[in-house]
Amino acid sequence: MQEIGSGLLQALRLIFTGDAVVGEIVLLSLQVSGIALVLSTLAGVPFGSWLALSRFSGRRFVIALVYTGMGFPPVVIGLLVYLVLSQSGPLAFLHWLFTPTAMIAAQVIMAFPLVAGFTMAAVLGVNQSLRQQALSLGATQRQATLAILREARLGVIVSIVAGFGGIISEVGAAMMVGGNIEGSTRVLTTAIVLETRKGNFDLAIALGIILLAVMFLANAAMLRLQGRALD
Amino acid sequence: MGDALYRLTAAAKRYGDKEACFIESLEISKGEVLGVMGPSGAGKSTLLRLLAFLEPPTSGVVSFLGFNADVASRPPLEVRRKVTMVFPAPLLFNGTAWDNVAYGLRLRGIKAEEVERRVRAVLDNVGLLPIARVQAATLSSGEARRVALARSFVIEPEVLLLDEPTANLDPYNVALVEGLLSRINREHGTTVVLVTHSVFQARRLAHRMTLLLDGRIVEVGKTEQVFTAPRDARTAAFFGGEMVY
Repeated sequence: MQEIGSGLLQALRLIFTGDAVVGEIVLLSLQVSGIALVLSTLAGVPFGSWLALSRFSGRRFVIALVYTGMGFPPVVIGLLVYLVLSQSGPLAFLHWLFTPTAMIAAQVIMAFPLVAGFTMAAVLGVNQSLRQQALSLGATQRQATLAILREARLGVIVSIVAGFGGIISEVGAAMMVGGNIEGSTRVLTTAIVLETRKGNFDLAIALGIILLAVMFLANAAMLRLQGRALD
Repeated sequence: MGDALYRLTAAAKRYGDKEACFIESLEISKGEVLGVMGPSGAGKSTLLRLLAFLEPPTSGVVSFLGFNADVASRPPLEVRRKVTMVFPAPLLFNGTAWDNVAYGLRLRGIKAEEVERRVRAVLDNVGLLPIARVQAATLSSGEARRVALARSFVIEPEVLLLDEPTANLDPYNVALVEGLLSRINREHGTTVVLVTHSVFQARRLAHRMTLLLDGRIVEVGKTEQVFTAPRDARTAAFFGGEMVY
């Protein structure tokens, strides 16, 4: 108990004195997960909307794949990305293994199904007659789709939050394809694991508090984006 | 009334094995109010969707202003934008009453001042200007329906397709909407196709009437003639309340 108390105090000191090591880890975490989230959103939102609004043979199979992806264990994704990028893998020539780029790739694979799946569910939840109404008011197909997306924005934002939550807090894939290299691929989650193992509880707690704070701030920002839709 | 605006020739719409509607031949003249009646499931809404080009006919042709809509093609956007449809449910978007009414104008890239002027005028006409900035989700059903109608009126379309526009409205709102429809038809020459279950409303508004049964036109003619001297025995049975369906 005393250890936790002193750890908390140390943690607050590290945070408020702007410790360089902590700052570097936080910055890299935000960079890796931020880029992965942007890429996942750019691909996942249109793909999820398309899945919701289109009808084609094999659609149910694709949806099943997306749902499976939503529950894919990060450590398995880490393993797959590792195998693909390793010396004997098909993409070894990229030399991405144990770099932030490999971590971004793994996180995109993790977040994409979450963003696409939740977006699809949100768009399916909108009254589809609204699309017909938009078309009958003179909307092009694209404008009608945008109208539906606007209606589903609450769910789309939830999908982005879910994607961010999924990748910023995962440790398995980041550890496997990043390698937790100090100053290069050490992010919040992998650093927490390492510092806990080393017995540096103050640093581990500080990083844990920061991770929670990042999640809270991200959710607060998303809530602001949702605006009046929540009222 | 004047030239034929629409011409439907053997226009059919099927959903799987079910034929929702088959219109052997129907012309709708520019500037007329055509009332469409029939029991539930007779194909009235399907007919409106064909006229709105929301769905292509499975076979046959819907001709409008010289453009043909068939299974493979439909009129270009600028032609489709001459037609608008009001659904039985108000189907409002998230946002204010004002945002909803302005939607169609903004789609067309109309300048903000012009949008402001037209939205204000139409909201005033339907008695909703005081609640223009109220969120659509909080409107009463009567207000929501009037917003939906205003959203279509403001576009000033050549054709208004109305699917039970006064369903569930109180007498005051029914009179208000009917008055507006008459005025729009009279002053702008807007062609109106009105699906209604109200015989009284049809008699008040429609120049011509058509009765649909099982997706097919049983009778079409001048309103008074259809009601007082129907040519088809099924029409008399339907309006006499003797038809069981």
